[in-house]
Amino acid sequence: MFETIWLLVVEQGWGLALLRGAFVTICIGLVGMMIGLIAAVPFAIARWQRVPVLSQMIDVYSIVVRGVPGLLVIYLLFFGSVDWVQKIAVAFGYRDTAESAYPSIIGILAIATISCAYSIEVMRGALEAVPNGLLEAAKSLALPRSVAFFRITLPLALRLALGGINNVWQMTIKDTSLVSIVGMQELMRMAAIAAGITRSPLLFYCIAASLFFAMTAVSQTLFGLAERHINRGFSGG
Amino acid sequence: MDFTIIAYAIPFLLTGAKTTLLISVFGVGLGLPFGILVALARTSRNRLVCTAADAYCAVFRGTPMLVQIFVIYYGLGQVGFFRSNPVIWWLIGDGLHAAILAVLLNTGAYTAEIFRTAFLSLPRGLIEAAEACGMSPWIILRRIKFPLALRQALPSYSSEVAIIVKESSLASTIAVLEITGWAKRLMSETFAIMDIFIITSVFYLTLNVVGLTALKLLERQLWFERRSTRRKATSLCPS
Repeated sequence: MFETIWLLVVEQGWGLALLRGAFVTICIGLVGMMIGLIAAVPFAIARWQRVPVLSQMIDVYSIVVRGVPGLLVIYLLFFGSVDWVQKIAVAFGYRDTAESAYPSIIGILAIATISCAYSIEVMRGALEAVPNGLLEAAKSLALPRSVAFFRITLPLALRLALGGINNVWQMTIKDTSLVSIVGMQELMRMAAIAAGITRSPLLFYCIAASLFFAMTAVSQTLFGLAERHINRGFSGG
Repeated sequence: MDFTIIAYAIPFLLTGAKTTLLISVFGVGLGLPFGILVALARTSRNRLVCTAADAYCAVFRGTPMLVQIFVIYYGLGQVGFFRSNPVIWWLIGDGLHAAILAVLLNTGAYTAEIFRTAFLSLPRGLIEAAEACGMSPWIILRRIKFPLALRQALPSYSSEVAIIVKESSLASTIAVLEITGWAKRLMSETFAIMDIFIITSVFYLTLNVVGLTALKLLERQLWFERRSTRRKATSLCPS
């Protein structure tokens, strides 16, 4: 039994292919999460300040994306964009590039769309949890609004948001597996290809599962360290 | 919005909704007691039971649902013993059964986490008082720990129910046509991507709203019960 595993994983090189897939998964997850988080900050501020119209639109976006399965969002972005991406690519003469890079771009966008919706809620909750007294103190010192926001509200909110961001990240890294359904070459897709060619799905899906498990475990530890670092001086509070 | 497409899509999505509902009902109906059992195992004093339950939760919470569903449906069928055992083959051989099993195992791990924190947050004094009254562990669980933990856990559990409804969409990856599976088929059939997406979201949002409202009513029921018993208790002893 161990000989067959050795043969499949090492000698036929599927182990390396899966590791490469895992690397792609981490990249999609990180880039998608970053885009989502960066986009979430202005959206969360708009909701926190209750900007009319804009805040209702953000609300609808966040409720819909958080209420429907990630798979459906991915289908929408993939099928909905095939047409005009092709048109744009042909118009600019990048047809081949577009065809090869297309799944990655849309995959990352889909992951960003989903994680952004959750990040908005996390950031808004954190912004609302910053004690009002601190803002009043800033106002009484006649700090300009931008200084008060960037030096007082945002750092405090980020500290409060870290736990929620950890949850969103855990979810995002698991959501990247869904992108495989539409043909992106990440861990899950690699495992499916390996399982199909070698006819041993149990082995390869279990390897994929343990790689995912390793990713979540490592990032959980890192977030634990970050939380301890960011909470220094706040002990007991 | 094209109304002929919507009229065309709704019957298909309704059949899909039946499957989604079936998976979700099994996920909640069996997943809740299962999760509570695992939570009890995790808080138990038996080292072996506790470690096993912890490991189960870590594995199912640390890996994507898609991997779990593939391991159950494609992976386990490879093992000869599972193929020859009729009960296990009935569970994993059929797409729908495998999807229900995967949702059940997945939600069990998350539910166990919710209830474990609820059990741990119970005030120590209450349980000591019950022990001092000579209640057996089973009676303490049934009459003291469980009712209190349920109230604690219900708000978090309601978001877990919404997650179950969403996770059931992964059944479409093993060829069980539920709402998302039908939506994908309709999208590639009619090319009205946005229209189909909008009606499908309406389906999901309705399911979620119905589920969340039911749980909110239950929550209020439990809360009201607590208040009314307190009122009864105060009316019994005249001030």
